[in-house]
Amino acid sequence: MTEAQATACPPSKADEALLKVANLEAWYGESHVLQGISFDVFPGEVVTLLGRNGAGRTTTLRSIMGLVASRTGSILYDGSETITRSARAIARSGIALVPEERAVFATLSVRENLLLPPVVKEGGMSLEEIFGLFPNLRERLDSPGTKLSGGEQQMLAIGRILRTGARLILLDEPTEGLAPVIVQQIGRTVAALKRQGYTIVLVEQNFRFASTLADRHIVIEQGRVVDQIAADEVASNEAKLHDYLGV
Amino acid sequence: MVTILGVPLQALLGQLLVGAINGGFYALLSLGIAIIFGMLHIINFAHGALYMMGAFMAWILLNYFGLNFWFALVIAPIVVGLVGIVLERTLLSRLYNQDHLYNLLLTFGLGLIIVGLFRIGFGGSGKPYSPPEALMGALNLGFMFLPVYRGFVLAVALVSCLVVWLVIERTRLGAYLRAATENAEIVEAFGINVPLLIALTYGGGVALAGFAGVLAAPIYSVYPNMGHDLMIIVFALVVIGGLGSIFGAIVTGFSLGIIEGLTKVFYPEASTTVVFVLMAVVLLVKPAGLFGKEA
Amino acid sequence: MTTAETSITAAASSYRPPSRLPAGLVFLAMVALLVVAPFVAYPLFVMKVLCFALFALALNLLLGYGGLLSFGHAAYFGMSSYVSAHAAKMWGLTPELSIVCGVAVALVLGLVFGLLAIRRKGIYFAMITLAFAQMVFFFSLQAPFTGGEDGLQGVPRGALFSVLDLSSDITLYWVVLAIFVLGWFGTYRIVHSPYGQVLRAIRGNEERAMSLGYDVYRYKVLLFVLSAGFAGLAGATKAIAFQLATLTDVAWTMSGEVVLMTLVGGMGTLFGPVVGAALVVAMQNYLAHLGAWVMVVQGVIFAVCVLTFREGIVGVVAKFTRKEL
Repeated sequence: MTEAQATACPPSKADEALLKVANLEAWYGESHVLQGISFDVFPGEVVTLLGRNGAGRTTTLRSIMGLVASRTGSILYDGSETITRSARAIARSGIALVPEERAVFATLSVRENLLLPPVVKEGGMSLEEIFGLFPNLRERLDSPGTKLSGGEQQMLAIGRILRTGARLILLDEPTEGLAPVIVQQIGRTVAALKRQGYTIVLVEQNFRFASTLADRHIVIEQGRVVDQIAADEVASNEAKLHDYLGV
Repeated sequence: MVTILGVPLQALLGQLLVGAINGGFYALLSLGIAIIFGMLHIINFAHGALYMMGAFMAWILLNYFGLNFWFALVIAPIVVGLVGIVLERTLLSRLYNQDHLYNLLLTFGLGLIIVGLFRIGFGGSGKPYSPPEALMGALNLGFMFLPVYRGFVLAVALVSCLVVWLVIERTRLGAYLRAATENAEIVEAFGINVPLLIALTYGGGVALAGFAGVLAAPIYSVYPNMGHDLMIIVFALVVIGGLGSIFGAIVTGFSLGIIEGLTKVFYPEASTTVVFVLMAVVLLVKPAGLFGKEA
Repeated sequence: MTTAETSITAAASSYRPPSRLPAGLVFLAMVALLVVAPFVAYPLFVMKVLCFALFALALNLLLGYGGLLSFGHAAYFGMSSYVSAHAAKMWGLTPELSIVCGVAVALVLGLVFGLLAIRRKGIYFAMITLAFAQMVFFFSLQAPFTGGEDGLQGVPRGALFSVLDLSSDITLYWVVLAIFVLGWFGTYRIVHSPYGQVLRAIRGNEERAMSLGYDVYRYKVLLFVLSAGFAGLAGATKAIAFQLATLTDVAWTMSGEVVLMTLVGGMGTLFGPVVGAALVVAMQNYLAHLGAWVMVVQGVIFAVCVLTFREGIVGVVAKFTRKEL
């Protein structure tokens, strides 16, 4: 097993990891997608999962969320084991996923989409606070979900889980296919969420976007964590990163 | 006497009304089928049997418990819905990871068991069931005498279709339902109990069939096979309308009932087959069905 | 919920067997058994099994090898049964010509309904076939030549090619057996022909077969027509042998029963439908006096098979012996 030890120092503000993934393996049918993923995420951190397409980053998020049926290993969230729990129970413990391609419901209005996820913990945002982050949504409340632009759909997908009180947010490719100005807005939102103490695990193809936000980058290759690079080490590791991402 | 294409106006309007009443049953049944299909991706071949169960519940409640039509209208759908929930939880749910055709075969088998048991318990012949006293008699509409009960059935069918539509389109539960129909996985990942939602959907869909069964009891007599022929017509309707929309199921149900009624006036020999001919035409022209989205 | 869906026929085809030899041996054993059968069991009972076995083979061709569940195969079985009975009784045709008439009608009906039904897949296909069969049922109920509720009774068995008198049960049995063996061999040839290979490819991955240039639509229609033809052969033979064609033959319950036979015996196997037909016909015979219980038992078998025993009897045997049966 080629598990890289965490080379980056955890942030000093907390010494207990909020999310502790250890030796996570996952399968889709016969194909062994995750082959022993281990990493920790500390409260208030923004961590990106980097890697090429098919490396297992989305599967890692989906496994944390409990959406991959065959998974083994250990995922501790807030000290309790979730590997055997259903997606529903995991959501109830305060983890939320903003999935790839946003999964905005076409037959639901923006309002219904926003109100759909039940509140699982205290301390979620009110609709007003969400509109503060995404003013566009207020004007589109009664449009069907799919009449929104890609950027608005992304805002809706993020906005609707902020109501729930979830403290760990799994963001899968939030900037995919979006115009640069929207990407910037999403970036500001992620930064704002970080300031408010949310913990975020981000899967992102756009490294320039990720590098401005993340405290730490976890590099995944062929279902394994091969490296971890702290934000302040990015500059000195540029060559290595290029190699990992194949750019 | 006023005639249209050689048919007396009275006869025409009369058949239109009869058609609309039949259409009410079609709509209630195909509505249930469509809701269940949206969520479970299965065609419920036991739907006709559960419709029959609703009618029998009304008969049993009256003859064994002395509870009249109005009680039956409330109790029978609940009982049928609960039976549906038990079937879904204990049997149907085991096959969601298999080809959907297996669940079709399972519901077919369940239908046989239910109908068989009722035949054993109550014999195959029809049992009379009178409409409630408040709805006896007939209204003079000028062009025809409308039995009050039939008018009541038409109104109730329309209203209940509307209510179901409103529940699905305008309530929070309906939003859960629509969302889970689109993407159950993400709904589950929001912390919503999708298996419970699926069980409620199946229960609700078959409760509608049970409700239709109670309404049918005073019009058609109550007998174990009463659901079969009706079910097959409803399947043809579902193919014609497509399973894409709840609204489509309601509209198709009523329209086909009326078309059947008109056929009875102009070409009675074809009245039993017109639905199937229409199905063939729709398959040629728009295979996905009139309101269908998928190819 | 990642639903790793398994195709309805994948169970029977999940392995590649080493050789076809056992099928030949089992076939010989089956024929030997059927040659002895009329001397130990009632010939009429065995004939009934053979007719339904042929019917189930026809459905299996479509379901087991094409992955298409028809819930309306009684239409072809029953209509052919009516036509051959009518030809023998009213037109005085010889049995072989009557059967040819029945099969021809089944083929035409299969072509028309097949062209329409094949436009949809899966559960829609099942519903469409069921609906068309119901149309045929209503037609049979009203059309003058079917005898309505009474059906056509007292159909003469006649003399095969105007020479061989079929009034003796045992003589008739050999003819029915010959038809069955030909039918079985016919399905065997179809399954193992290059055409059968393409069907396998289509069932495995329709889009891929299409992208390879196969006209999937035509292959499926042809399969549907062939299946309807074999169902017609079964129905016509049954009408002559039992001198009877009734609404039962064309009712939806008949469509359900033949699906049950195929399911119990094993979809996508060549012997499964035969075993399934024998079991279901025997069950119906022994339980006939219990009336509606037959229906309940059939429903229970359906449920049990689907929930726990999807490969069917022969499918399970094939799996354990790793032979193609």
